[in-house]
Amino acid sequence: MGRGRLEIIAESLIEWVIRLCGISAIIFIFAIFLFVFKEGAEFLFNELDLTEFFFSKEWYPTSGYNKRYGVLALIVGTGSVTILAMLIAVPFGLGAAVFISEFCGPRLKESLKILIELLAAIPSVVWGFIGLTVINQLIIHVFNAPVGLNILNGGIILALMSVPIIVSIGEDALKAVPDSYREAAVAMGATRWQLIRRVLLPAAKNGLLAAALLGVGRAVGETMAVLMATGHSVNMPNSVLDSVRTLTATIAAELGEAPVNSDHYQVLFIIGLLLFSITFVVNMTADLIVRGVRKK
Amino acid sequence: MSSVESKSNPKGSGVRRFAESAGIRRKFRQEAMVKWLLAGATGMMLVPLILIIAYLVFKALPILSVGFLLDNPVKGMREGGVWAPFVGTMYLIVISLAIAAPIGVLAAVYLNEYAREGWFTRIINLAVINLAGVPSIVHALFGLGAFVLFAGLGRSVLAASLTLAIMTLPVIIASTKEALASVPMSFRQACWNVGATRWQTIRHIVLPNSISGILTGIILQVSRAAGETAPIMFTGAVFFKKVQQGDMFPYGLLDQCMALSMHLFTISTQVPGVPMELPYGTAVVLLATVLLVNICSIVLRVYLRSRKKW
Amino acid sequence: MVKQNPKIEISDLKVRYDDVHAINGISFDILENEIFGIIGPAQSGKTTLLKVINRTIDFSPEARVTGRVKVDGKDVMRVGNVYALRRKIGMVSPLPVGLPLSIYDNVAFAPRMAGIRERSQLDELVEKCLHQAALWDEVKDRLHSLGTKLSGGQQQRLTIARALSHEPEILCLDEFSIAIDPVTTMKIEDVLKQLRSKMTVILVTNLVQQARRLADRTAFMMNGELVEVGSNDVIFSDNPANRKTYEYVNGIFG
Repeated sequence: MGRGRLEIIAESLIEWVIRLCGISAIIFIFAIFLFVFKEGAEFLFNELDLTEFFFSKEWYPTSGYNKRYGVLALIVGTGSVTILAMLIAVPFGLGAAVFISEFCGPRLKESLKILIELLAAIPSVVWGFIGLTVINQLIIHVFNAPVGLNILNGGIILALMSVPIIVSIGEDALKAVPDSYREAAVAMGATRWQLIRRVLLPAAKNGLLAAALLGVGRAVGETMAVLMATGHSVNMPNSVLDSVRTLTATIAAELGEAPVNSDHYQVLFIIGLLLFSITFVVNMTADLIVRGVRKK
Repeated sequence: MSSVESKSNPKGSGVRRFAESAGIRRKFRQEAMVKWLLAGATGMMLVPLILIIAYLVFKALPILSVGFLLDNPVKGMREGGVWAPFVGTMYLIVISLAIAAPIGVLAAVYLNEYAREGWFTRIINLAVINLAGVPSIVHALFGLGAFVLFAGLGRSVLAASLTLAIMTLPVIIASTKEALASVPMSFRQACWNVGATRWQTIRHIVLPNSISGILTGIILQVSRAAGETAPIMFTGAVFFKKVQQGDMFPYGLLDQCMALSMHLFTISTQVPGVPMELPYGTAVVLLATVLLVNICSIVLRVYLRSRKKW
Repeated sequence: MVKQNPKIEISDLKVRYDDVHAINGISFDILENEIFGIIGPAQSGKTTLLKVINRTIDFSPEARVTGRVKVDGKDVMRVGNVYALRRKIGMVSPLPVGLPLSIYDNVAFAPRMAGIRERSQLDELVEKCLHQAALWDEVKDRLHSLGTKLSGGQQQRLTIARALSHEPEILCLDEFSIAIDPVTTMKIEDVLKQLRSKMTVILVTNLVQQARRLADRTAFMMNGELVEVGSNDVIFSDNPANRKTYEYVNGIFG
């Protein structure tokens, strides 16, 4: 019986370790929020004028006599690059998802998925470098622009970066449409295009929407690539050939120089909090939509 | 899906005769057009990928050599190779992996083997999803606040690895969970029936039979950890650190280190007058490291799937 | 027949899954070293009863168990060491399950988990159990090939060998013949006949004739209730205590 007792004690010990690891994700997500919040809290509650923060275009955190912390231009920068990226990535990504899910034989499908996996693996700093060199040159040549580091450049790079997640989630959504739908539509003489437009897209609508949303989340949070590719000037853009700066890039570029616990340093953490909130909402929404699909 | 394909692909002669009218011919043309359009969309993403990689390699060709990998950067990073940053990246990979792999695998074990359906499990799953979605620069802020300042680790290999570990944890959890779920329930019941404990069942039956999926996730973690820049920028990686030529283990746990990704960022944006082939070479080394790791994962997955035991 | 001691005593057992009543208050004893048949249509609570007896009901967290099941006089819902309890009971599920291990390791799994490490002892056990399950002759030359690659019938006998490997006092078979061919079924039935009087066997079956052929006593369950329990002479006679038993046994409904 001695062995039995030992067995039971060892078992419950292991179970507790596993439980602890199980809740680690909750611990970490809270810790991230808390620590980012903690570093910026003092300034957020005492000095920061939220109206100015959100609605002023003036970002002069290091100015000698009149520091101003307006992030509107940065939000517009993030927004414009993200929107352009999605305008490119969503149609291409969903198109590719449909192609892979509905038109490919198993072999081609497997190879394409592997290629897309590799596309997803390219580090963001390499994308940034590609933007800095290849796409920069292309834009200068094609548009006769003085510099090629702008919204267009960042948008293209971000599109290429978000496409893999859109394809893989989109393909999952299409896979979830029962084959019986396809068979029924084909039996009634629908062409493949009609099948896709009238049956598959409506049935997989939510999943595809979630795919696009996750793409947005990815694009909003991307740092190194946009830091290197968008030209890094705080600016309200007039066209896609204008340089901008994003929220993420601002943190990456300025945190190194901001003295710990200075106003500037704290504002950067507040921007981090803003980013955290945006991606949190986007991810939650995407998850709710996907869950809605499963319930049906 | 293949059954649908054969039905909707009217190649049979009977169908051909049926397809004589103009309306149906137009339908076929439309079909072909849609197919090529979608194939084009897919190609538009993948062709640039191949072209760009080819271009990078072409530009880097003059400098790529064994010496480039084994030499340290010298003369203000305007000459030399990438050894110091390369080793730094290896450090970050190994240490972050040692932290993230056990926690991630056990977390997945909890979610798949122990957790009951309910609000609590739902919250854990949401936390995993959100953790995966936190922007890398926010992870950097967290690492700075928590590990560098609060825990007092300073900017160090350890702090950077911890930050990377937390960032890559969801990758491991998600893929391990999927792998565990693919082991049939009946195996577990059979073990419980003969008096095996939950953990014995997991240890002897569930984990060994989901190892391919688990390894795939872990390898993906490695590839992400190798490529990330933002999370290590403020937590441990530095622009430049002097390393003795040929030193295999140049960094201590509490030292700062160089890293390939950071090095590429530095020499392509921060240092003026760097000869162009240097960043190209660095980009290719980084890209090769990451893609090699990924290809290993794919090969392993295919191999292990081919010798599945049931 | 000699008066035997009860091995398992079931009194007023009720099991509920959320709001579905799987077992609705049943009471009867299963005697030592008898073959006890349980028959009844689907959804009558037979499998749930077995899960309570070896406490694998624990793995269905939504199940609520009230009443009492005693094995050797001890309430199973209160035993401290469920693993020891489960080792006392061999369980064979409806669908054959070869673990993704070699044939040898399949049978040696339970003894190893219980702490037996010695090679010679394991060898002996494995051979004995495979003999008992009438599988030895077919697999003795390939003990180290995968158990999952055996045929369905062989896997079911492997499952039985595994259930015997921890030398249980009670062997439960849950509709073991569902997924296997008649020849294997007959082989296993022969195995059971040889086990008679060596251990208590609970034979849950959807084949009325199987219970009639093998069991000493049989219980008829329906919709979570016990309709009738008694010796086979009574249950399978022309006038059992309950009319429904007669109708079910003779295929008038079911």
